[in-house]
Amino acid sequence: MLAYIVRRLIAIPFLLLGVASVSFVLAQMTKGDPLAALVPERMMSNPEIVNAVKAEWGLDQPLPLRYVTYIGNLLQGDLGTSFTTRRPVSTDIAERLPATLELVIAAMIIGTALGLSLGLLSARFRGTATDGLARVFALIGSSLPIFWSGLILLYIFSVRFSIVPGTGRLPPRVTPPPDVTGFYTIDALIAGDLPLFTQALAHLALPAFVLGWAVTGIITRIVRSSLIEGLSQDYARTARAKGAPERRVLIGHALPNAMIPLLTILGFTFAYLITGAVLTEAIFAWPGIGSYAVRAAASLDYPAIGGVTIVGSVAFLLANLLTDIAYAWANPRIKVH
Amino acid sequence: MAMTSPDTAGLPPRRRFAGSRDLWRRLPVTAKIGALMLLFWVLTVLTVSLWPLADPLAMVGRRLQPPSGEHWLGTDALGRDVFARTMYGAIWSIPIAFVVVACAVVIGSTLGALAGFFGGWNDSIIMRLVDVTVSFPPILLAMAVAAVLGPGLANASIAMVIVWWPIYARLMRAQVLEKRENEHVEAAVAGGAGRLRVLGVHILPLCWAPTLINATMDFGQVVLLAASLSFIGLGATPPSPEWGSMISEGATKFYSWWIAFGPGMAILSVVLATSFLGDGLRDLFDRRSA
Repeated sequence: MLAYIVRRLIAIPFLLLGVASVSFVLAQMTKGDPLAALVPERMMSNPEIVNAVKAEWGLDQPLPLRYVTYIGNLLQGDLGTSFTTRRPVSTDIAERLPATLELVIAAMIIGTALGLSLGLLSARFRGTATDGLARVFALIGSSLPIFWSGLILLYIFSVRFSIVPGTGRLPPRVTPPPDVTGFYTIDALIAGDLPLFTQALAHLALPAFVLGWAVTGIITRIVRSSLIEGLSQDYARTARAKGAPERRVLIGHALPNAMIPLLTILGFTFAYLITGAVLTEAIFAWPGIGSYAVRAAASLDYPAIGGVTIVGSVAFLLANLLTDIAYAWANPRIKVH
Repeated sequence: MAMTSPDTAGLPPRRRFAGSRDLWRRLPVTAKIGALMLLFWVLTVLTVSLWPLADPLAMVGRRLQPPSGEHWLGTDALGRDVFARTMYGAIWSIPIAFVVVACAVVIGSTLGALAGFFGGWNDSIIMRLVDVTVSFPPILLAMAVAAVLGPGLANASIAMVIVWWPIYARLMRAQVLEKRENEHVEAAVAGGAGRLRVLGVHILPLCWAPTLINATMDFGQVVLLAASLSFIGLGATPPSPEWGSMISEGATKFYSWWIAFGPGMAILSVVLATSFLGDGLRDLFDRRSA
């Protein structure tokens, strides 16, 4: 078990090197000319300036040397300079990461809560209309194109009925709370500004629901099937024989055993969350790294999209590693080899 | 000659499939619905140009008209008929998803089979490549590749094949590793069959079920990712009536909800259809992993 975790940990740096190498190859293939981003257009005809810039950015060096420099820069957290914002990509990402995290964490909470309750409902009332409705709701969530459901829900709840405000993290011309965590909701609470907290929460609600709904399907499915499996096990029969009501068998006995499959699926939902976050941010004009990546990709700004890709991969690898560790830790029966 | 493969030895002889009608009868209702929905879209792709629809690229009415008897799903910002565009959109999405899944299956299965059968260096190199590829969040890898290659559906398709092949490599490798140990393979080797013959004739034919089931499910996911890339601006380019780019047009004309409605429902129907059908097929062929 420990040996397994150690082996996974050792693999991570190699996988990251692989990710970085792929990113380097892509950067070399890109059609966007890095020079165009660095040299003002009217100076492009001046070979002296062009050469000086090339030398400064190392563009005149042979490929293997550039590769080494690239990896070295990455190790120091230097993801290059964006062609469009002309700022270091790492600065851009650091600035926008809290917005994405706030959205993803809120969505994860909504998705898990919804998935657990729907899974419980449909296992308890298996084969009834409640079961059917819960499963359909979950299935539709994971099958909908998120950029479409976001749009339609935004139209219904914001334009038609004005229940929630429009896009963005706060209404226009409202100053964000002083930066502590970067999460507007939490920062507003820390600052003791209740109206601001309400506004931030109202803006967060719909995008977080849209994103959470997308992962509800997977969670409901796994919770339902493991609960139903649990209800037919010997321990459930014993509990019933001792007079436990069905609700208690479900919550007290089957549910704890359903936590292990749920844990393994959470790592898997992370991939959905990243995909969903990119598209949700695009629809809701949410100033996170997803909308940054979309803008970068549309303007063929490779350093920016490459930077987001590397950061996303690091998060992805860590999430999968944590899932594996949590899984092995939660279930000592599992012999990992 | 009565042959029992070692897989089923000791079990009562299973009736071989009496053709497609037998398969159809054993499918669950949801899977039948899924299959019919997919059939509808395939027929649409093949025959849509014969339908009495408005020209999807021409201005046929006033702009931004809500749904009416004349324009079932209204008109878009350029006065084009949204219903006609949604139907014609299938011509883009369905064949592209088919090509992407087919390429990913062929590339992934070939590499996975080679890795599993020959082992050693082949295995190490191919599987490390798989490990690195799946270290990327799918949409970000697809966006990065598409951004490097430039916008356009062909490039977006290449990006999606790059995202999807590792799944099939892993599936096929696991199958080959398992089936390689079967006694009939040992018998074939003892009988002097060459290595490629053993792989091609004695192992691979037993390995397809998980791949085909996965391919069915992935078909919908590819439609979804292709639409996502188009929505972002990396896939189809206007004025082609691709579902993702139609939704992105709808996103800019916020108050005219009907522009995005049709293509969204179309994507939903394909994704639902493939997951229904995939689930049903898995119940039939691959009970263990269900």
